[in-house]
Amino acid sequence: MATKPPEPFLTRTWDYITETQIWKSIFRHGMPNTNRNRALAVMTNVFLHLHPVKIRKSGVRLKFTWCMGGLTFFLFLVETFTGLLLMFYYRPTVAYAYMDIVDLAEQVPLGVMRELHRWAGHAMVISVWLHMFRVFMTGSYKPPREFNWNVGVILLVLTLLLSFTGYLLPWDQLAVWAITVGSNMARATPLLGHEGPGSQLLALGDVKMVHAGSDARFALLGGRFVGEGALLRFYVLHCVGIPLVAGILMAIHFWRVRKDGGISGPV
Amino acid sequence: MADEKAAAAKPEGGGVSRRGFMRWSLPVGWVAFSAASASSLVATARFLFPNVLFEPPQSFKAGFPSEYNVGEVDVRWKDAFGVWIVREPDQFYAIIAVCTHLGCSPNWLPAENKFKCPCHGSGFYKSGVNFEGPAPRPLERARILVADDGQILVDKSVKFQKEKGEWEKPESFLKV
Repeated sequence: MATKPPEPFLTRTWDYITETQIWKSIFRHGMPNTNRNRALAVMTNVFLHLHPVKIRKSGVRLKFTWCMGGLTFFLFLVETFTGLLLMFYYRPTVAYAYMDIVDLAEQVPLGVMRELHRWAGHAMVISVWLHMFRVFMTGSYKPPREFNWNVGVILLVLTLLLSFTGYLLPWDQLAVWAITVGSNMARATPLLGHEGPGSQLLALGDVKMVHAGSDARFALLGGRFVGEGALLRFYVLHCVGIPLVAGILMAIHFWRVRKDGGISGPV
Repeated sequence: MADEKAAAAKPEGGGVSRRGFMRWSLPVGWVAFSAASASSLVATARFLFPNVLFEPPQSFKAGFPSEYNVGEVDVRWKDAFGVWIVREPDQFYAIIAVCTHLGCSPNWLPAENKFKCPCHGSGFYKSGVNFEGPAPRPLERARILVADDGQILVDKSVKFQKEKGEWEKPESFLKV
């Protein structure tokens, strides 16, 4: 009887690798070859299951959806990634902030990282407004979707707050005065702002409890004016605080869309 | 009847029954948990209000009255403390260098005899009264007095606003 010719080298190597314990511990099943297995491969995978197994045809009607919601999320991911890279070089103190931004453009390799972060930020604000406009024009806020609309409005405010807190970080003239003007609004808060209505009500006799050194603006800035404290606080809010809250709200926002049958499905 | 039930709830030999223990421990537990959560929330909120500020002090000594010329706006303290000292023939006053429009730092222009804000062009007379640009009200004055050693003491923590009639108050100016 003639012996079979040996398998090609690549095939033999591949078969060998896929029989090892390391391989089998990571990839428990082979390539799916039935529709059931294909669906299971997506559903039971930690990364893939965040996306639905199948989507309706209505989900890709770009003239209807504009894809602005997806674009906004994509830009959020771009911002997270470029922001993380910027954090390796930027120090949020009055002594270093401005020069670190200059160095990011002039000394660090690929000097456009700061600009990429800034452009993606502008683009995200634009895309979030377009998304809101699209949802309004297609009536996708009507019951049963009104809760998701409200979550979206909060996300819009968070996007604008991210822009606001990030604006201070280069610590240049534009930044300091813009944030001075913006944060001055906080001292007019009712009850909690020292120049707002009702702040006198919280006085103990002659002693004012709500004054320039103890009102809501003071807590926001960590001081009486925009200085070292404000820079650090805005940095923490920009990099950790607001993204965390936005992430949780985005999870709710996407989940609600999924729950209601996928994007731009009929009611 | 109620006595029998209460007696039945207690096991023989004293001690507390399981029902008695649960009736006691659950409210106590929830109250303790709520108190702990509430105090953590208050502590977190208090945490955000710093006790120590790395800012220039609110009040400072500005030298002796004789160091200032009559009729002049003195800018020597503007960068460090944000205050102009103005000496008129009959009185001193200290103007806080914050524009009443949106909070920028105006500049004193001696050649034009006015304070001018670089942000949006608000203009103020030497007295601090607004006369041009978007500023809605005059510049504010700080409390000014003579310290024990004879030096001028400026206290920015107390402000006087003309539109409230507070420039009549004795601590808003210094007669020498």
